[in-house]
This record gives sequence, C-alpha cells and structure tokens, in this order.
Amino acid sequence: MIKKLARSIREYKKASILAPIFVSAEVVIECFIPLVTAQLVRNIQNQCDILTIVKYGLILIALALASLSCGALSGNFAAVAACGFSKNLRHDMYSKIQGYSFANMDKFSTPGLVTRLTTDVSYVQMAYMMIIRTAVRCPLMLMFALTMAIVTSPKMSVAFAVIIPVLAVGLALIIKKAFPIFKKVFKKYDKLNESVQENVSGMRVVKSFVREDYEKKKFAKASDEVCQDFTRAEKILALNSPLMQFCFNVLMLLVCFFGSQLIITSSGADLDIAGFSTLLTYGAQILMSLMMLSMIIVMITMSLESANRIVEVLDEESSIKNPENPINEIADGSIVFDNVSFSYSEKAERQSLADINLTIASGETVGIIGGTGSGKTSLVQLIPRLYDVGQGSVKVGGVDVRDYDIETLRNQVAMVLQKNVLFSGTIKENLRWGNENATDEEMERICRLAQADEFIKTFPYGYDTNITQGGTNVSGGQKQRLCIARALLKKPKILILDDSTSAVDTKTDAIIRKAFAEEIPDTTKIIIAQRVSSVEHADKIIVLDGGKIESMGTHEELLCISPIYRGIYESQTKGAESDED
Amino acid sequence: MKTNVKAKAHLNENNNTASGTKAAPPIGVIFRILKLLFKEYKVQMIFVTACIVVVSLASTIAGLFMEQYILLINDGLQLGLDAVYIRLITLVTTMLCIYATGWLASFIYTRVMAVVTQSFLNSMRKKMFLKMQDFPIRYFDTNAHGDIMSHYTNDIDTVRELVSVTLPHLIQAALIVCSLIFNMLYLSAWMALVVALASVAMVMAAKGIGGKSAGNFIRMQRSIAKEEGFVEEMMNGQKVVKVFCYEEKSVEKFDKINDELCHDATNANRFANILMPIMGNIGNILYVLVAFVGGIIVVSEGIPNVSLGGIEYMSTIQKIAVVVPFLNISKQFTNNVSQVSQQINSVVMAMAGAKRVFELLDTEPEKDEGYVVLVNATRENGEIVETAERTGLWAWKHQHGDGSITYTELRGEVTIEHMDFGYVPEKQVLSDITLYAKPGQKVAFVGATGAGKTTITNLINRFYDIDDGKIRYDGININKIKKADLRRSLGVVLQDTNLFTGTVMDNIRYGKLDATDEECIAAAKLANADDFITRLPEGYNTMLTANGTNLSQGQRQLLSIARAAVADPPVMILDEATSSIDTRTEALVQKGMDGLMKGRTVFVIAHRLSTVKNSDVIMVLENGRIIERGTHDKLIEEKGKYYQLYTGKFELE
Repeated sequence: MIKKLARSIREYKKASILAPIFVSAEVVIECFIPLVTAQLVRNIQNQCDILTIVKYGLILIALALASLSCGALSGNFAAVAACGFSKNLRHDMYSKIQGYSFANMDKFSTPGLVTRLTTDVSYVQMAYMMIIRTAVRCPLMLMFALTMAIVTSPKMSVAFAVIIPVLAVGLALIIKKAFPIFKKVFKKYDKLNESVQENVSGMRVVKSFVREDYEKKKFAKASDEVCQDFTRAEKILALNSPLMQFCFNVLMLLVCFFGSQLIITSSGADLDIAGFSTLLTYGAQILMSLMMLSMIIVMITMSLESANRIVEVLDEESSIKNPENPINEIADGSIVFDNVSFSYSEKAERQSLADINLTIASGETVGIIGGTGSGKTSLVQLIPRLYDVGQGSVKVGGVDVRDYDIETLRNQVAMVLQKNVLFSGTIKENLRWGNENATDEEMERICRLAQADEFIKTFPYGYDTNITQGGTNVSGGQKQRLCIARALLKKPKILILDDSTSAVDTKTDAIIRKAFAEEIPDTTKIIIAQRVSSVEHADKIIVLDGGKIESMGTHEELLCISPIYRGIYESQTKGAESDED
Repeated sequence: MKTNVKAKAHLNENNNTASGTKAAPPIGVIFRILKLLFKEYKVQMIFVTACIVVVSLASTIAGLFMEQYILLINDGLQLGLDAVYIRLITLVTTMLCIYATGWLASFIYTRVMAVVTQSFLNSMRKKMFLKMQDFPIRYFDTNAHGDIMSHYTNDIDTVRELVSVTLPHLIQAALIVCSLIFNMLYLSAWMALVVALASVAMVMAAKGIGGKSAGNFIRMQRSIAKEEGFVEEMMNGQKVVKVFCYEEKSVEKFDKINDELCHDATNANRFANILMPIMGNIGNILYVLVAFVGGIIVVSEGIPNVSLGGIEYMSTIQKIAVVVPFLNISKQFTNNVSQVSQQINSVVMAMAGAKRVFELLDTEPEKDEGYVVLVNATRENGEIVETAERTGLWAWKHQHGDGSITYTELRGEVTIEHMDFGYVPEKQVLSDITLYAKPGQKVAFVGATGAGKTTITNLINRFYDIDDGKIRYDGININKIKKADLRRSLGVVLQDTNLFTGTVMDNIRYGKLDATDEECIAAAKLANADDFITRLPEGYNTMLTANGTNLSQGQRQLLSIARAAVADPPVMILDEATSSIDTRTEALVQKGMDGLMKGRTVFVIAHRLSTVKNSDVIMVLENGRIIERGTHDKLIEEKGKYYQLYTGKFELE
C-alpha cells in the first residue's frame, strides 16, 4: 500500500527529503541549546565578567536563529511536500477514475468517490506531513535529549529510566483502550449526520406526515447514544494530561531529591546547579516527545483507513480495456446481437438480459419499448461498450465491439443517456462536448435539427447563456433537446436515445424524429421510449420483458402479436379514442 | 428537488444580502457559549474552574521553591549533606504535596470536562435538530442542504474544539501567565521588564504569522469547496464523460483547480508550520536576554534588586538564587505564551462556527396560530360526537371564543377564493385563483413548469402562507386550523420521493406509525408495489440505504404511494407522483388508488395527460392563472389550450 501511495510523491521528492533533514538539524541544535544555557548559568554563578556572558549569549542567539531557520525551512518543505503529494494523489485518483468503466463506477458510489477524493486525501496529507516532520522530530528528540541527559549526569539518568517506561506504558494503555471506541463511535457519528441529511432533504415528507416529533425522538436517541460512546472514549483520553503532569513532576522531584544529594556529596563535581536545570529541560523535552509520538501513532493509524480507501481507487483496474490491436475504422452503422446474455454483477440471480438475438441494418430506425426494469437501457449500453456482454457478442459494422478502439467506437456510437447531465458552463461549452472544434454555424444547424435552436435564441445571451450545475435553469424538455444536440454534433454512425424525449411534447418529438429521418438517413437510430407515439413509425420495434425480447416487428404487427405492446398502447390511447368517436 | 430549486430561485434574489454580508465573527459568541456552559452545568463548571486554578497554581508555585532549593544546595555544599537533609526532605515533600494536589485537580477536571463537553455538544446538536424540525419549509427551500448540514458537522466540530481543548487551555495558560508574572515580579522587576518586552514581540509575531495563516486557511477552505463542487459535478456526470470520451479534458480541468488548491494549502500549512519554531526560538532568545541581564545583576556590585519584596541589596549567592529560578520561570512563561498564540487559529474558527450554530438556533420557528383540531368522531343520533378510537370518520373540533365547541364533519371540501401568492413580494406566482373541490372529486392541475401547480399544493397544506384571498377547508379558513392537523388530513405524494434509512416496511409504516404489518402490505398491494418488494432479496425486510438508491425511481415512487396509502388520509395530493412509472403500471396503481380514495378529494398534478384524463375537473394553469377548467371532454370540446396540449400541438414541462 505504502509503495502505491509513494508513487504519487514524484516531483516533491526533494522537499520530502529536505523536510526531515532540516528537522533533524533543528533537533540537534535544539538539544545543544540547554547545554550552552547551562554553561551560561554556570558562568553567571561563577561571577564571570560581562564579556563571557556576552560571548555565550551570542552563541545562544546564533543557535536559536539557526534552529529557527531550520525549523522554519523544515516547516516550509513539509508543507510543500505534503500538499504537493496530496495534489498528485488527487490527480492520480481522478485520472484513474476517468478510465473507469460503467461497471467500475457502479462499484463505488458517487458520494463514495467524492469522499475519497476530498476527505480521505486530506487525512493522508496530514499524516504525510506528520511523517516527514513530527514523526522524525519526536524520536530524534527523544534519543538526543536522552543522550544529552546521560552525558550531563550519568547517575541522574537513572531517574529517566524509571519515568520513561511509566509514561510509555500509560500512553499505550490509553491508546489501546480509547482507540477502538473512537473508531466505532466515529462510524456512528457519520451515521447520525447521514440521518440529518436524510431529514433535511426529506423535510417536505416529514412535515406532510406531521412526523416532526417522531424525527425528534429518533434523533435524540441516536444523538444520546453517540454522546455516551464519545464520553466513554474522551474520559479515557482525558487521562493523558494528568499522566503527563504526573510523570514530569515526579521526574522533577527525583532530580531535585537525588540531584541535590549528588551535588552536595560530590561537591559539584558530578552535577551542579546549572546542570540540574539542564536535566530538567531535557526531561521536559523527552516526555513531550513521547507524548507527541503517541499522538502521531494514533493519527497515522486513523489515516490508514483513508489510505486504504485511496489505494482501492488506484488499484481498481478498468473492467473494459482497449484491445491490443484496436480497429480504428467503423464500416457502417449495422448492429448484430448474437446470443447475448448480460448481468450487472456475477452474484445477480436473474440475468438482466438473456438470449438476445437481434440484427439491425445500417440506417434503420429501431424503437425499444417495455416496462420498468425490462432491460431496455441494459441492451443499448452494450453497443458503445459501456458494459461488456456476459455471453455472446455484440457486433457493430460487422466487427465485435471488443475489437474496436474504445474512443473510435464511442465517437461513432453516440448515446443520449436517460439520466442525462448538463455541466455548468455556457450552452456552447456544453455542446462542444460533442465536437470540440464545432463552428457556431454547425452548432446552430444541429440545434435546429434537435429543435433546440428556437428556445436557445429566446434566451437573453443565446448560445452564451450559462447553464447552472445540473442544468436546473432550463426545463426538462429543453435539457433533453440540448443533450440530443450535443450527441448529434459527434456525427455518429449510430445514435441511441434512451428515453431522451420523455419531457418533450409529442409534436416536437415528432418533428425531431422527422428531422432525423431526413437529415441523417444513414445513421442508425435506436429510440427507447415510454410513449408508443415515439416509436410507432420505427422500421422495427422491439418489445422487451424481463430481459428477453418478447416480440419484434412493426407497429401493426405488434398490435396483433404482442399482448404487452397492445397493453401499453391501449393504456396511452384509450381515452383519446373514445373522445374521437 | 424541483420544487426546492424553484422556490430557491424566487427567494435567492433578496436573500443574497442576508447571507452575503460576512462580518467578522464577534467575540460575543464565545461569551454566549461560556454563559450556556455555566448555566447548564453550573456545579461542574465552577468545580472545573476551581480545579484549573489549582492546577495553574500548583505548576507555578513549585517554581518558587527553586529559590529555596538553590540556597539549600549552597548551604549543603558548605555545611555537608546531613545538615540540610531534613530541610531537603521537607522541601521535596512539600513540593510533592503541591504537585499531588495538581495531579488530582487535573485528573478530576479533565474527566469532568470530557463529560461536560460531550453532554454540551449533545445538547447543542439536539437543540439544533429539534429547533430545525419546526422551521418553515421556506428555510429548507432557501438554504442549500449542504450548508444546513455543515452546522452539524464542521460548525459543531469547531465548537467541540473550543470547549474541550481551547477554552481550558486558554484559561489555564492565562492563569499560569498571570501567576508567573507575579512570580517574576516577586523575584526581580528588572528581569521581568525584559520578559515583558519580549512577550510583546512574541504576541506581535503570533499575530502577524497567525493572522496570515488564518487568512490562508480561509482561502484554502474556499479552494477545497471549489474542488469538492467540481468533483461532485463531474462524478455525477461521469457516465456522460465516458459516452463523450471527455476523460482527458476533464482531467485537464481538474488539474487546474487542483493546482490552485495545492497552492493555497501549501501557503496555509507553511505559516502554521513555521509558527512553532519561531515562537519557540523567540523564547530561546528571550532566555538569553534574561540571562544577560541576570548576569549583569549578579556580576555588578551595587545594583539593588527591585521586586515586590521591595528594594534590597543582596549577596551574590542570594542573587544567583534569584537569577537561576527566574531563568526557569521565563522559559515556562514563553512556553505558555506560545501555547496561547497557537490557539489563535482555533479560536477564530470556533467563533465563526459558533456564530453559525447560534444563527440556526435563533431562527424563527414556523408559527401556528390555528386552534381548530382534527378528532376522530362517530355519529350518534345524527350528532357528531368525539371519540378516542379511529372510526374512519373525522371531525374538525372548533373551539369558539365563548367557550362553546362545535364539530364539523371532515368531508374534504376545499375552496380557494381569489388567492394571490408570491414567494417574494416582488414576484407574484399565483394570481386570483378561485376553485372549488367538492368532496370526492378528483381535481387535476395541468400546466407548464413555473405555472404554479406545485405552489397551489404548497399553499393548501400551508407550507407557505397566501398573500391575499382565502382557502377554506370544509368551510373553515385554513389559517384557523392547527397546522399539524391540517397536514394530517392531507396525504401528499411528491415527485421527489424521499425514503429513509430503514427497511421497506419501516418506510411504508412512516405514513401511520401504528400500522400493522398486514396494513402495510395491503397498502403496498394497493400501490402495486408488493410485486417488486417481494422480489427484493429480503422482501419487506430489505434495508434501504441512502435515500433508497438501490431502487429505481419508479419503484421509489410506488413505495411513497404505499406510504401515503397506509396513512389513509381524507384528502390526497399527488404531485407528479407517477411520473417515473410506466404507463401500464400507472394504470394499475391508479385503479388501486381510485378504490382507496372513493368519496375523498384528490388533487393530481401531472404533465402526462393520461394521468389526469379521468379527473372530475381539470385546471389548466398558465403564468399563475387558471385559464381553462372543466372535464377532459369539455376541454377537448372547447378546443383551447388543453386541446392543443392533448393533441400534441403544445409543449409541456
């Protein structure tokens, strides 16, 4: 895992190395400061002249400045390295996700991916900054300060040998007890917030059913539970600060008690008053480092889960890959389904599509109709290879879609998705998704074809009108027509409309279909619709039911042979017919 | 979402000024938190404060003993260990006692504080949520949901940081600093002066760097929000990206935003990182200065020591016994000052967070002046009598000013007279709407997006209040009806189905909390949902997560119809309730619903005309006015707008 993440350091390797180097230098200098200080105090005690004080003072100031610069530099490099690393990590994840197939996307939920790209990366960034700075600083500080303390007074360092294990064991126990509770309670806390989210977005339902009190009780219960667990964990964690104080004070007392005896008995040879305060300074440094170290361990362990989630994204291999010798030319818009079966997951009990055999000639118009969940969308998604078939094969232009270069295939098979999205930006920018180099004239021509030109021109800024995120400032029908225009700009050999005119009125719908027939006669058109009127003039209508082709034929034929088709037709026209009578 | 967005568009126009002004968070919110803490946890907080005082004193007083201690060593060096041994033991024991008091106080206060913090946060959370449940719909329509959510996540987190870490730290550090100042003055005013000057420098440095850091953090937050927004939009449209082979372009765009974020984040972290070494080393330099001044005092004859104890001329040993502990104290002092300065960031952030939390808590809840309530009733000798059990017969209980009570049978008659409404005063959405829905009638609204269909239903159940005109329900002005009872009598199924985490059964039961399993299943059958539910892996016990994403939109709509059906309301509003259900299933659902709603009033909104065709009366709305009304046949005959719509000559939505 670490190896995988480390790959994203790249150009920030230099900063990543410099940060620990400077921090090490800072530690060394910092450890010398108490030593020089002791010398200074000693000189003062010995009533030296002012000059000596000035000399030591200047040395100390120089050391302080050096430590300051090293500290500042390491801080700087650590920030550069960690933020750069996280930038690269985000870039790598984002690029990886761009290569995902639909099946990969289904595996991770959209909010899941967003969290991984944002929250998880920022946790890892924090952990990384700690690793190259604090995690270097603390153990080093611990070792240096300990060495210095031993050098200052070997006899007194026994006191450290007593206190350090006490603190270490104490901290370890606290972590061991509190950490699992925290892990659990954080999950509960997330759930609590999710339920708030649910409540906020479902507020109309809550109020309509007058369920405010019910929701209040539900929330209070969950919140109390979270509070209880948090309190339990925090209470354990609260031991940290008294423990630390205890250790430091005991150390101080030990040094005071035994140190003074040592000073007196050795007449200041083994230890003197100056050395005595030096010892205390080192003691503080040692214990502080231990404390920090325990915090680092907790933080890094916590970020491991985030790191894991990131690696999951980086590790996921696209289930759809370009073939080795891809074909870059598509002969025509003919489509053949040869004994195709398909399911979204291997575990699924029921196949989404089974035994599909289908031949569509280039330039034909094909309608697909069927109830919710009958497999209409699944069927057409196999043509631009958004999913791969389970069994059998799908051929476009006589060649298995798996043999084409994916980009070539998808540029020739334009699909207007059912759950379609416009992006924030101008209408022009959105249309250019279909063809980057489209001229204004071309866009207008295509929009006229999709019956979008007229309403675009009524906007104050015309084609430069800004679309808000999710396309909320155009109506459903307008959005659908923009999406069709965007797909048409690709000049595809096959055009698939997945319920793409449901919000367009029947008359406009008919005009669009007529325009298709006249303007792009050679393009194969596949139209999925709920409305019979959208497909009734197609060359061929496929009725899907439960993932199988129930029947196939023209409108008239189906009215005779397909009870499902007849049912759909009647449910949509019954009233109208009686009116006309 | 549709309705929300719409209302938002209306309301945002003059809401901008309110949310747009971002004044610096006043320090007042900190005091408000303190006030709340001391009010709700009076005993604990007084106790905690006392403990903090003890801890601070314990950690500073002990420093004063160092003076005695050095004198003791000097005496020991001259007189031998035995002569001072008793003094040493007394000294160490005294220090131990003082420290032990400190440990005990620290142990107690951190524990109590842990409990207080969590319980305080819990009460804040609950207060926010409880308060929020009573906010008018307008609040949810005008505030982005992500923004509301951040009250519960980011803002509460900053408050937690403030209460559990920053406040005790600040209080403790401030107390320590105060007592250290006292200590220093007690030892030597000369050196204290040096420390005072240096600490001014430290505070300036902290303010300078800390201020820069805080500014950069705010910029970084903005960049993060921007990146999150982009990622969210692109992830939602990822399938479109694939279909258009737009991957490379999308990476390019992302990189640009990503680089910006990296730049801001680096700056923010840089300043935060270098604050510590700078503060620490200013402390070191201060130490040198103090040592220098101390050295001069020790070395030069004739400089009197000025302290709180007065002016005295000391021996060299006495001077040393002053200077050495002073050096330690100055170190302790700078450590504490730098600790305080490092809390500046979190104080600033907590102030902003707390301010938002209080804003939410201070928001006005939905007002309800209604006094007419809905009760179960039976008919005795032709008179309506109130009963406790559910009888299928409801009545409005009307309490008059003179104390008399009258009962009106709930029949589901809704009349609207000359109603005007606008989400904002400048823009009228509905004008002069008049309609009569007789009990048992099915009333349909048809019209383009923005014509005001959904708005009418928002007004009937009083999500919003009308500007002019009257809405009467069974002859009672709905302003007089208690909102909860009004809404209980209206079943609403919205296009945006909101399901809740829980089983399918739980979700259906949401309509009537005491419904039996059989009732729920019957409702599901009625809504034609039983078929797909039984095919789910665990049938009615299947867990639905994250707004039921494991169901298709059509299935979710069926579930929400079942949920409304189990509530069995006298009046039903179906707002695009079947828009994602195929026409064949819709016909089946309608049959079931028609059976349920026999004799009750139903309002239907749909853009699919086959849905509304068999209504008793169809209202065609345009620009907030009813332009045509009548049955399907009548409207077709009139050959007006409806006719055009029906024959496909005009576009809806």
